Amino acid sequence: MSKKISRRAFLKGSITIAGSVAASATITTAANALTKEKKEPIATLIDISKCIGCEECVYACQESNADKFPNPEKPYPKMYPSRVPVEDWSQKQDVTDRLTPYNWLYIQHASAKIDGEEIELTIPRRCMHCDNPPCVKLCPWGSAKQEDNGLSRIDSDLCLGGAKCKTVCPWDIPERQTGTGIYLNLLPALAGNGVMYKCDRCYNLLEQGEVPACIEACPEDVQTIGPRSEILKQAHALAKEMNGYIYGEHENGGTNTIYVSPVPFDELNNSIEKGEGRPHLEKVDDKMASGNNIAKAMLIAPIAGIAAAAGKLYKATKEVV
Amino acid sequence: MKKIINIQSYIYGITFFFITLSGFAQMPIFKRYYIADIPGLGWLADFYVTHLMHYIFAGIFIALVVYSIIDFIIFKMNFDHMRKDMVVRIVIFSGLILTGSLMVIKNFSGTPFPNGLIIGLDVFHLLFCMALIIFGLYQLIKGKKALLSE
Ligand code: SF4
Ligand code: SF4
Ligand code: SF4
Repeated sequence: MSKKISRRAFLKGSITIAGSVAASATITTAANALTKEKKEPIATLIDISKCIGCEECVYACQESNADKFPNPEKPYPKMYPSRVPVEDWSQKQDVTDRLTPYNWLYIQHASAKIDGEEIELTIPRRCMHCDNPPCVKLCPWGSAKQEDNGLSRIDSDLCLGGAKCKTVCPWDIPERQTGTGIYLNLLPALAGNGVMYKCDRCYNLLEQGEVPACIEACPEDVQTIGPRSEILKQAHALAKEMNGYIYGEHENGGTNTIYVSPVPFDELNNSIEKGEGRPHLEKVDDKMASGNNIAKAMLIAPIAGIAAAAGKLYKATKEVV
Repeated sequence: MKKIINIQSYIYGITFFFITLSGFAQMPIFKRYYIADIPGLGWLADFYVTHLMHYIFAGIFIALVVYSIIDFIIFKMNFDHMRKDMVVRIVIFSGLILTGSLMVIKNFSGTPFPNGLIIGLDVFHLLFCMALIIFGLYQLIKGKKALLSE
């Protein structure tokens, strides 16, 4: 193949390269515009020092969300290979000491020392409603969604129960029920395994201008709901007042659930029972950050392509001269 | 020149392999089907690792495509002889890059994409990928046949 290149081809090349640069700049601008157009999310403040562990919130959540709970059909279709676990909570719907598909909020117990005195603390636990929720962003089917007000929820009509949301959630929040959902109509033996369930922050109540059931039911006003910036202001004021600590503001890049405690969270984390359905209180890095940083660096990809082509063009023109 | 073309198709090959592998790893299948149990392949079950890999190879893929387009326009432009398989490839590549880029934007905090659009992007990205695999296989078989009949 000849390396010779005409003047016309050179001009054509320059115009193409300029056009490509312009196109990649447009994409960058569009991406920036999209990421900037952000509405203020709604967040909740949970004042651990006020909670008496009465579980009113837990029962209010169950009652209010009962019609969203799974109704699995038995017998469940056999799944292959045999390692695929059948997760059936339908006979254990009254379990309240952990998260389950039928229990989206539970009370964690911790003991700690304040000024040498041993105290018991109770902590309401549920989905944190992350600012950039991996459960939503990494769901391969778009079955999990985040609403403009910052809440995230899983659409039980679309979820296949592959549990990726649970795997990528830093707190392993979503819980699976086998034998329900759309996978039954597809290839139940080979793909899917039910539906994932978690707190949806009572989106239906919020749509009607009401507050979530757990907040409404609490006799001690442990939770406050409002725009995130205001909730953060309140949380910091409260933490200052009680000489306390904050969790959820920066965890996983920021969440819409802000805990305030009189005891450091690593102490609480050491004390609480952790494991399946029982989330930790550890520090959590922003899980989506590395991907998003690489994505920003990827903007250089078209430019690299252009540069390589420009290099070839330059070499070819030099040979003509 | 031939050497350059060979290197180019070699990089395309490696990129296709890893981009497809890491793409399929976004579905929870490699653990279920014991593939991640094969020694050395455990990372296939780590969604964050495969997500990063998919991004990196997507970057390489985009750079390659941009290079090929400009290269074609400058050095080989001849639309009269544009082969049908090139048109198919252009459609599939554009589809993959467009849906993929929008999904990358979606993964930033606060992108206001409606849920319907996200589902559409997921489905079409997968469909374009399947189209590419089927087209690749078709070409492979066709190429083999041509070799055999020679
Ligand atoms: S209802 Fe209020 S006080 Fe009772 S356990 Fe729930 S948050 Fe704590
Ligand atoms: S806490 Fe887990 S389930 Fe809740 S929004 Fe964050 S990633 Fe999703
Ligand atoms: S916000 Fe609603 S769904 Fe979430 S824990 Fe409270 S009552 Fe349950």
